Amino acid sequence: MSMLQVSLYRYNPETDTAPYMEEFQIDTQGRDIMVLDVLHMAKERDSSLAFRRSCREGVCGSDGMNMNGKNGLACITPLSEVVKKGKLTLRPLPGLPVIRDLVVDMGLFYKQYERIQPYLQNDTPAPAIERLQSPEDRDKLDGLYECILCACCSTSCPSFWWNPEKFVGPAGLLQAYRFLADSRDEATRERLAELEDPFSVFRCRGIMNCVAVCPKGLNPTRAIGKIREMLLANAT
Amino acid sequence: MVTNITNLGRSGLSDWLLQRASAIVLALYSLFLVGYLLLNPGLDYATWSGLFAQTWMRIFSLLAFVSLAAHAWVGLWTVTTDYLKPTGIRVATQFIIILAIFVFLVWGIQVLWGA
Repeated sequence: MSMLQVSLYRYNPETDTAPYMEEFQIDTQGRDIMVLDVLHMAKERDSSLAFRRSCREGVCGSDGMNMNGKNGLACITPLSEVVKKGKLTLRPLPGLPVIRDLVVDMGLFYKQYERIQPYLQNDTPAPAIERLQSPEDRDKLDGLYECILCACCSTSCPSFWWNPEKFVGPAGLLQAYRFLADSRDEATRERLAELEDPFSVFRCRGIMNCVAVCPKGLNPTRAIGKIREMLLANAT
Repeated sequence: MVTNITNLGRSGLSDWLLQRASAIVLALYSLFLVGYLLLNPGLDYATWSGLFAQTWMRIFSLLAFVSLAAHAWVGLWTVTTDYLKPTGIRVATQFIIILAIFVFLVWGIQVLWGA
């Protein structure tokens, strides 16, 4: 028997007046399992526990949550990486409204994503084959297109906490740069014009929590720096 | 595009560039003043006054004052928009900050260029 002390954020708006922490003793049998496995063990005890999950291998981005104070994907985070002194505290992603237990309302996050128009814009008539790109131009999209929109970065960003309706946030800005950097996209000027106000991009204060938590190892701060460079080049 | 009317440059890009340019000026001015004080340990009023009587020092000081005003406006405007959510309190605070910056700037110019 090797017991893990798990502290879970619980909130059911239909029955609870306020959120509370519920304690579970989970027997991990000494194995270094994933945090998601622990959640399933807890759910076997109390089936009312709500959390999102789907692919359980870090591809879908459904189970982003706050584990011992740090955002990440529960399915690819082994206990050895987060557990401190035999204790694991799980909370929903910070800064977004809680729907129930570990499930948050991602509405604001998606709204900011929608704002940067995350699709290729090209009015040139399409050629008979694909719109071709040189290998060098294609390389510019590496480190950008891999984002799975789990929201771990944006919900760890204080600038996004304070101004979620104005600051695009690291996830949205990483995607904004993904389309600014795409040689096939023709809306660069319009995209930049949408971003030059004091909030959308410039509310980033370089705290770099986004880089520290990204489960895919991406670097939104670098992308934001590149957007600033493009804005500067365009306006000076 | 988010509209703003109380930030200094009306644009995030110009605020951002101003903040960096003014920071460089302020760093150079601070380094110069600290260096001057270290190199003149027995500083008296006449030497200090003589330094500020020179035109280049007045230009440098005025540049530093203007930079400080711009730097404070951009920085404090950002703080108010982060932490003051009720519009009335935020706008009033921004007004007081901008007023104070204006007063300090004019006062500084008077000290520098006055008799």
